[in-house]
Amino acid sequence: MSPPPRLRLRIRFTKAGKIRFVSHRDVARLFERAMRIVRLPMAYSEGFSPRPKLSFGLALSVGHESNAEYLDVEVTEMPDVESLAAALTDALPDGLTVEAVVVLEQGAVSLQQVITSCTWRIEVLGVPTDRVTAAVALALDAPELLLERVRKGKTAVADVRPAILALRVAGPTRGTPARETPTRDGLPPHGTELEVELSNESTSLRPSELIEVLGRLAAGPDSPEPDGGLIEGRVRRTHQWIEVDGIRSEPVSRPDASTRHELRRAS
Amino acid sequence: MTSVWPQLEPLLPRVQKPARYIGCEDGAKATFPDPELVSWCFTYPDTYEVGLPNQGLQILYEIVNERPDARADRSYAPWVDLEELMRQEKLPLFSVEHHTPAGEFDAIAFNLSAELTYTNLLNCIDLAGVPIHSRDRTERDPLIMVGGHCTYNPEPLADFVDVVVLGDGEEVVGEITEVMVRHLASTAERPAAKFADRRALLLDLARIESVYVPSLYEMTYDGPTVAAVKPLVEGLPTLIEKRTVADLADWPYPKEQLVPLTEVVHDRLNVEVFRGCTRGCRFCQAGMITRPVRERPADQVRTMVGEGLRRTGYDEVTLTSLSTADFSNVEEVVTDLMNDGDAAGCGPVSVSLPSLRVDAFGVGIAAQLQRAKRGGLTFAPEAGTWRMRQIINKLIREEDLYQAVDAAFSQGWKRVKLYFLIGLPSETDEDTAGIAELAKNCVAIGKKHNNRASVTVSVGGFVPKPFTPFQWFGQNTAEELQRKINLLRDATRRMRGVQLKWHDPRATLAEGIASRGDRRLGPVIEQVWRNGGVFQEWSEHFDIERWTTAMADNGLRVEDFVYRHRTEGEVLPWDHLWAGLHKDFLWQDWQDALAEVGLEDCRWTPCYDCGACTGYGIEHVVASATPPAGGSQGTGQDLTTGGAVPVTVLPSRPGPAPEDRNENRIGEHAEVSA
Repeated sequence: MSPPPRLRLRIRFTKAGKIRFVSHRDVARLFERAMRIVRLPMAYSEGFSPRPKLSFGLALSVGHESNAEYLDVEVTEMPDVESLAAALTDALPDGLTVEAVVVLEQGAVSLQQVITSCTWRIEVLGVPTDRVTAAVALALDAPELLLERVRKGKTAVADVRPAILALRVAGPTRGTPARETPTRDGLPPHGTELEVELSNESTSLRPSELIEVLGRLAAGPDSPEPDGGLIEGRVRRTHQWIEVDGIRSEPVSRPDASTRHELRRAS
Repeated sequence: MTSVWPQLEPLLPRVQKPARYIGCEDGAKATFPDPELVSWCFTYPDTYEVGLPNQGLQILYEIVNERPDARADRSYAPWVDLEELMRQEKLPLFSVEHHTPAGEFDAIAFNLSAELTYTNLLNCIDLAGVPIHSRDRTERDPLIMVGGHCTYNPEPLADFVDVVVLGDGEEVVGEITEVMVRHLASTAERPAAKFADRRALLLDLARIESVYVPSLYEMTYDGPTVAAVKPLVEGLPTLIEKRTVADLADWPYPKEQLVPLTEVVHDRLNVEVFRGCTRGCRFCQAGMITRPVRERPADQVRTMVGEGLRRTGYDEVTLTSLSTADFSNVEEVVTDLMNDGDAAGCGPVSVSLPSLRVDAFGVGIAAQLQRAKRGGLTFAPEAGTWRMRQIINKLIREEDLYQAVDAAFSQGWKRVKLYFLIGLPSETDEDTAGIAELAKNCVAIGKKHNNRASVTVSVGGFVPKPFTPFQWFGQNTAEELQRKINLLRDATRRMRGVQLKWHDPRATLAEGIASRGDRRLGPVIEQVWRNGGVFQEWSEHFDIERWTTAMADNGLRVEDFVYRHRTEGEVLPWDHLWAGLHKDFLWQDWQDALAEVGLEDCRWTPCYDCGACTGYGIEHVVASATPPAGGSQGTGQDLTTGGAVPVTVLPSRPGPAPEDRNENRIGEHAEVSA
């Protein structure tokens, strides 16, 4: 006997504004409560401590925004999927917006396993755009980029160059208001926006680590300022990609890009 | 009103848990900051995680925001990492709704639930850019107000606070608002100037019942004791009485409990089912000062729970009170609630009670409620021997405890946690050793049901508190408490399945210093704060040296303020305040304690005339004329005592501490036996 089919939904949402300071784990709790508010018939785990069956994709660092977050939820009966996105958005705090809900096919692979890369918009503050541009060029030309990181108490060095699938300077940004504090050397409070695609496969690289790598390149080998003066500004994930046989797609495509809400800044 | 958000935002990536500074909670009221409105900033002087769930502040916050003439925001103490950045960048304390500087509000009102937060109170005032001394404030400064249980002895804070409110705040917050409205500066001057005449405002506030303005009273001393407290202005009351809300049904607050975006303590729906307690445990200040018992009607409880769960999406509700299993018809109410929760179609809903009665009835309710997790179950016998439990009037017989523990383990719980106080009046080493004996027997009972049964014993030092029968008792010294802890460590070391945890006796000493002092403590608290002593409930920030040094530097002896037994005739620093309890009732109860005489719960037995009901013309409001099944504090139980042993109070040794039962805070040391 085969087990009964599992009913699963995949939800695409955005995270922007003040709520970007809420952790991945807390966002999970916010969704759990929102689903109860809209009376979504969530499936629960067995055992002493039943939990709703929710599974999130890649974690998003505290402080980063996203146009493309996903989560899967298992339900016991099929709800009205058409109206669910709007209902969940209403039940969620400002800054979390559900853009689409789709029914998953049987046997669909989990989000964690399926994402091959992500595209990011990263604002770099603290130095003029030409220095960032130079560091980007150095990074793209480098045969290898060694990054030292501490994981589980152990220091490991990895070549992260293969994780950079695409990298370009998108242009200057307005900068973050009142950013005098982190700016050094009296530089003007504007930044440089990068567009970058980072791999999520065997070699991975996080946006903050990319800035560290670029900072080292900008500083040169013997600089007294090893971060090159580069400071992370706004960081936003724009896409998560699934690449199969050279064809890239999103886990859930956005319904109609022209009607989406502009991402509003906090405050 | 201005906002510090543009300056704050770039700092947030650099601090731990930035979500606690962004507000945005469901239930938050973003009432427009109109300068014509009286503005309140309700502040909890500890972290957001500890302060947000505070029900008292949430209730007042809603009541004020419903008024047409006022508005309220909230604020919390920033953690030390953000504080350092704020001071560097000259950013003031801010509210989480509008990120308005706290100094721009007309009043900053603090909830004081624990004495060890006093230094944080000073830190918050200072971070707000307000002079820390009341005498230095002008029309440009907000009023600094305090309420909550600690204000039953506000004198250690008299230098720093402008207004103290005693008792239930639901009514009086409105009366204070109305007086403030009358004294607001003209619109043209606001918000720079807040009030037309600060002194005139304080004088009017001091005439509101239950409002105490320390600067309008003078305290004189006679050696280590207080000689007198007198009003400096004619016509002010010589006795300030607490406020009591007669009927909780009139105040179904919070109507929209705040739902935080990040995890906090007590992160669930909380519905208060009654206020007050008549069990009469003699160490318990909360039980004494909140009398009489006022129950919320069961139907209102059902409505508040149902609406609350549907609105918030929580899957757990706690029915709060000092002893919820005593709520009339508690079984029926919780059964209904569980069924309602399921009916809502949102999956399993669990109902929890903050404290469990130590008997099989209590466990039965817990089993019914807690369908989900069967982790640990907590009981609070408080003392290790029957003799001691009579002294503190916690009338739990050993067989009650064993039945409860047996019921718990037999119904699937694997761990039982037992709370005890040490340093209680007339405590002997036999009483202390009795704690270990109880634990050992509980483990043995558990092993009948589960081979991995374990018992955690959590021990706190007792701190005598104002307006309790133990207010005259000299607290155990930190050394004496440590000696008793060591006795327990030795006794439990080889007990398999017993884990011992204890509260740091040095923190107990600091709490003792702040609890029963007078105005001479002001410079001590100020010095501790100036020397960096903030977040004193967090062990990584606590150092007793700061306290003892400050006492010595100010010419004060710890002995006088903490370890000394008070005498019947002496003036206590809170004698000019009135918690509804006759001092002679408390003295008699203290004498009964020393004679090892217990008192039954007065809800279902004759009145002892403590003063709480008669003084306010109200009676205990209970929905049922009979005690709940299983009895309550001696009613319906056979309480034959063992042989009467005369007790003497030990000469000035000392004492104990409070119960800090907040597991998220530190200060507890653990030791696991082999």
